[in-house]
Parts: sequence; structure tokens; C-alpha cells
Amino acid sequence: MAAAGLFFYLFATVAVASAFMVIASRNPVHSVLFLILTFFNAAGLFMLMGAEFLALILIVVYVGAVAVLFLFVVMMLDVDFAELRSGFLQYLPIGALIGLVLLVELVLVLGANTFAVDASTVAVQPIPDLAEVSNIRAIGDVLYTKYIFFFQVAGLILFVAMIGAIVLTLSRRPGVKRQNISEQVARDPKDVKLISVKPGEGI
Amino acid sequence: MDFFNDPNIALIWPELLLAVSAMVLLMIGAYGGERTNRPIAALSVAILLVAAGLVWIGPDEGLAFNNALVVDSFARLMKVLVLLGSAAGIFMSAAYSRAQHFDRFEYPILIMLAALGMMLMISANDLIALYLGLELQALTLYVVAAINRDSLRSTEAGLKYFVLGALSSGMLLYGASLIYGFTGHTNFEGIALAMADERTLGLVFGIVFMLAGIAFKISAVPFHMWTPDVYEGAPTAVTAFFSAAPKVAAMAMLIRVVYGAFEPATLEWQQILAFVSVASMGLGAFAAIGQTNIKRLMAYSSIGHMGFALVGVIAGTEAGVSGVITYLIIYLFTVLGTFAIILAMRRKDGAYEDITELSSIAKTNPMIALLMTAFMFSLAGIPPLAGFWAKWFVFLPAIQVELYWLAVIGVLASVVSAVYYLRIIKIMWFDEGEEGFVPMAAELRLVVGIAGLFVILYVLIAGPIATLAGNAARSFF
Repeated sequence: MAAAGLFFYLFATVAVASAFMVIASRNPVHSVLFLILTFFNAAGLFMLMGAEFLALILIVVYVGAVAVLFLFVVMMLDVDFAELRSGFLQYLPIGALIGLVLLVELVLVLGANTFAVDASTVAVQPIPDLAEVSNIRAIGDVLYTKYIFFFQVAGLILFVAMIGAIVLTLSRRPGVKRQNISEQVARDPKDVKLISVKPGEGI
Repeated sequence: MDFFNDPNIALIWPELLLAVSAMVLLMIGAYGGERTNRPIAALSVAILLVAAGLVWIGPDEGLAFNNALVVDSFARLMKVLVLLGSAAGIFMSAAYSRAQHFDRFEYPILIMLAALGMMLMISANDLIALYLGLELQALTLYVVAAINRDSLRSTEAGLKYFVLGALSSGMLLYGASLIYGFTGHTNFEGIALAMADERTLGLVFGIVFMLAGIAFKISAVPFHMWTPDVYEGAPTAVTAFFSAAPKVAAMAMLIRVVYGAFEPATLEWQQILAFVSVASMGLGAFAAIGQTNIKRLMAYSSIGHMGFALVGVIAGTEAGVSGVITYLIIYLFTVLGTFAIILAMRRKDGAYEDITELSSIAKTNPMIALLMTAFMFSLAGIPPLAGFWAKWFVFLPAIQVELYWLAVIGVLASVVSAVYYLRIIKIMWFDEGEEGFVPMAAELRLVVGIAGLFVILYVLIAGPIATLAGNAARSFF
């Protein structure tokens, strides 16, 4: 059990530290890499809780898809992060103040009270014993039965997100050159003209 | 498993109709191209009206999906209002969207999905269901605010709304997680039972954060900052929709939360809502005086009206809730009528939004000027128009429970707010006219006519509406 405790503190410390580095590092690519480190450590925490399905999903979805997409976006867009960051220090005092107030509130709340200790017993569908049922099965048991309504509405929200992204970004501009594969394939080699371009001059 | 006889499904036929037909219409639009724009808009209005009819005649009431959803007379009345408001929102935007070049087939479909989200909000009886419904509605509204993406102001409005909306959703979720942590329930009945035993400090924090998130949705002070900018920046047709149906849905959700889940903590939430209400009434009354843009003016006016409606919620009695319901019905009709006239403020070279532009209207179109006068008097609360009765029915319950100070502040705020409503009337009838507007589109005439009849002849139908509101309010007592 001591090893589990040790690993908990290891994962938790690295997760918090790398989450801080996400907002503190100067290079946006480093931020994304630290974000990936945070995800890995969060996955480690899930693993310690015996939720290996959620841990692997976190790695596959967040590291494999979302973070890689972030990396692409960061590298594709030419955003001047130094300029974005210029007002950062100016807002730091008020941000720190709000953060401090929230922290004090949290400490007050958690220090003076305990969470409902019997929450797992009064819950309508408590988490089953993980020694008997694997956690992937425990999720599967409720996701499409008890929580089917929530699942479907979440699907509708994603549907709206998809429509929204298309409505706000897709534009059909005339005069845009598109790749036409059949035209390319049908091209006669005799028509092809080779032009040697001098460096620095263009055509 | 018999899908059609399932007791859960029987309660959500209108919602299913909206969801499925939104998907079908999307397919038609995606494959049919631009020529399907108008038929899709017409069809979606028809489907929303059919859904409203289904809700109205639907005899089934009860709980569905393990108590996640509740259908009672309150939910049904509110859903009918929201569906009518959404249908009117699409209907009124027909000519405007063509003129401003955002008549895309996705627009009515998005509004249908927003209406679906609002129906789920109204019926939510569980924190998860509440959040999902709210987010479905909010995400749709962000997109709709930015629908005119070639206009810088529209996209700015959409972005502002999105950032602040995400913040408010975060607050709501934080509150919901605290409430779940301290009660062990996500279900409203469970939360109410746990609260009746013991109310810890953490639970009160949860209530505060949840109410802050909801106050943002009804644009009540101090979470109102987004309202004037979004109202002004979004296309006018979208603003007309924003100011009607989503406000009704969010207020209905607030009533369900405070009377359903937080009922044992009445003293706690009453204090919070009393502050929010007084601040909203005050800001709505004073900040609108200096406005020259009619959409900004209506934004401050709506902040004030949400403050008035909250007075009825705070009263905490059956009469109070029934008063809020009456208030929302009247507010919906008046605001839709007013925005139909604002939408008609066009000359050949484009749309106008400055209130001084209304000066021509009394000479060129006295009928519209007369109706606009009725709407303004009604918003100001002058008898015998509908708006007076709206205020009467929320202030009276407050006086009955001896909240004299709240009622007095409400009446004072109402008097101050009359200044800017009367100013519009003065500009219309007494100022030198500018060039007239182009003739009003037929659909706007219809909306203005119905809303005008409702506002002027309200005394004749006050009885049935009071019965309806009273039946709906009994769901909570």
C-alpha cells in the first residue's frame, strides 16, 4: 500500500507542476508538451483508483487526438504570443486576488465541513465493487440503460457543435483552385512544359 | 422492448419530434442547397407549432428517465411559451435575414435545437439534465449570435457571449459539484431531502454559485455585462429571439431549482435573489436612460424586467410563482411585438437602430406608431395595458408576505424606467419627421397585430391566463 501512496504523491505533484508550466512557459509548443505530461499523470491517478479504462481513454483521446491537434494549431497559426502575453503582468494582481478568494473559500468550505460521507450509500446507483466487476463493464452497465437520456443529449450537444463549426467557418468562395484528380491523371505528357526558374526571380 | 409504449418515451414526444426533424431538415438543406432555405424555415416554424400543440394537448404528466425529467403543468405551460417564442423568432427573421444575407438553412435548424435545449432545461429535475439542457441551448445561441459572420459586430457579439457564457457555465458546474458533494444527490428531490436535514456552509456556497450561473442566463445584475453588447452586435432578428424565449426558459429553470431542489433553504436563496432583483431593477431603470441605440435600450429594459419578475420568485408563495408566470407570458408577447417594429426600421439603404429614427413613424404609419406606443406604455406598466397587470401580479404577492421594501423599490424603479419609454413615445409623436421607412413585411405585421391585440385587450383574457398560471404554479405547492 505504501507504494500506491508514493505513486499518488508522485503523479499528483508532477500533474500540478506541469499544469502550472502550461500557463507559465514562454514557448507555446512547450505549453502543449507540458499539457500532455499533465494528461499522462492524470491517467496515472485514474490507474491508481482502479479505473484503467478511463486512464487509457484519457491517453488515447486527450494525448492522441486533442493535444496533437493543439500542437498542429499552435504550429500552423502565426500567433504572436509575446504580444498576447504583454498585458499578462498587468492583470496578474487582480487575477491572483480572485484566485486567492476562491482558495480561501474552498479551504473554509472543506475545512469546516466534510463532504457527505454516506454519499456512496445513498446514491441511487453506487459504484459496484471493482473486485467483482471490471470498471469498463460497470460503465457499460449504466451508460446505455440508466443514463441513456444524458448520453443522447450529450450527443445532441456535439451535433450542435458540429453544425456551428461548419456554419461559422465553411465558405464557398468562387475562383478557388481545387485539386481535380481525374484531370491530373488524364493529362498528356506532351503538354507539360518544363520551366527552369532562376532563384529569387520567380516566373 | 416496446419503444412506442415505453412510459419514458411517452413523456418526451415533443422533444423527440424536434430532435428528429432538426436532423431530417439538416439533411434536406445539406443536399438540397440554397433553394431549400425558405421551405426549411417554413417547415421549422410549422414543426415548432406542432410541438407546442403536442405539449398543450399531451395528457401525460410525470417523471421520466429515473426522475431526470419532470413533466407537470408548469413545465407544459413554459414549454408552450418557449416554442411559440422560438417559432416567432424564425418567422420574424424571414425578410430581415434575406436583406442582411444570412438566410442560411442552418439558422432555423439551430433555433429548433435551441428550443429543444430550452424544453430540456424547463423539464430538468436533475443537475446533470439541467446542465446538459442548458449547454445545448447556450451553445446554439453562441452560434446564432455570430450567424452573420461577414459582419464584424455579429462575430464580436458571438465571441463575447461565448467567453462569458463559458465562464458562467463554469460557475454553475462548480456550484453543482459542491451541492452534489454535500448532499450526495444529483436529483432535485434527493437534494431537497438532504437539505432539509442539514445545511452546511459548503452547501450555501454551492447555492450561491449555481444561482450566479443561472443569473447570467437571465441577464440579471451583477451578471448582466454581456447583454447590451450582445443585443447590439447580434443581427436584430437574433436579438428579438434572444430577448424572448431563452429568458422564459432560464426563468422557468430558476423557479424549478429554487422551489424544487433548494426549497428547504428558502431563507438563503431569498437573500441572494433579493439583492439580484433590486440591483437589476435599479440598473435597468437608470442605465437605459442615456441609451440612443434602441437595441441597447431594450437590453437594459430586459435586465430591469427580469428584476421585476424575480420579485414574484422571492415572495415564495403560490401567488408569487403564478405572478411570475403571468409576467413571463406578458413579457414574451410585448417584447416580440416591440422587436417586430424594430425589425421594420429599414429604409432602402439598410436598417436603422437609432431611436431618433422613429420620428417619422407617426406620420407615415400611424397604426404602427399607435401599437408601438401601446407596447412602450405596457413595458412602463401603465394601466389598463398588459404590462401593468404583469407588475401588479408580482408586486401584490410581495406585499402579502410583507416584503414592503421590495415592492416599494420595484414601483420606484418602474417609475424611473417610464422616462425612457415615454421618450420613445415623445420622439414618435412630437419630433420632426425624417424620411419614412419601407413598408413592413407581412410576417412582421402579423406578429405586431397579435402582440398588439394581446397587450391592449389583455383585460378581456386576464381571467383564463390567471387560471393557467395558477394551475402551473400549483405544481410546486
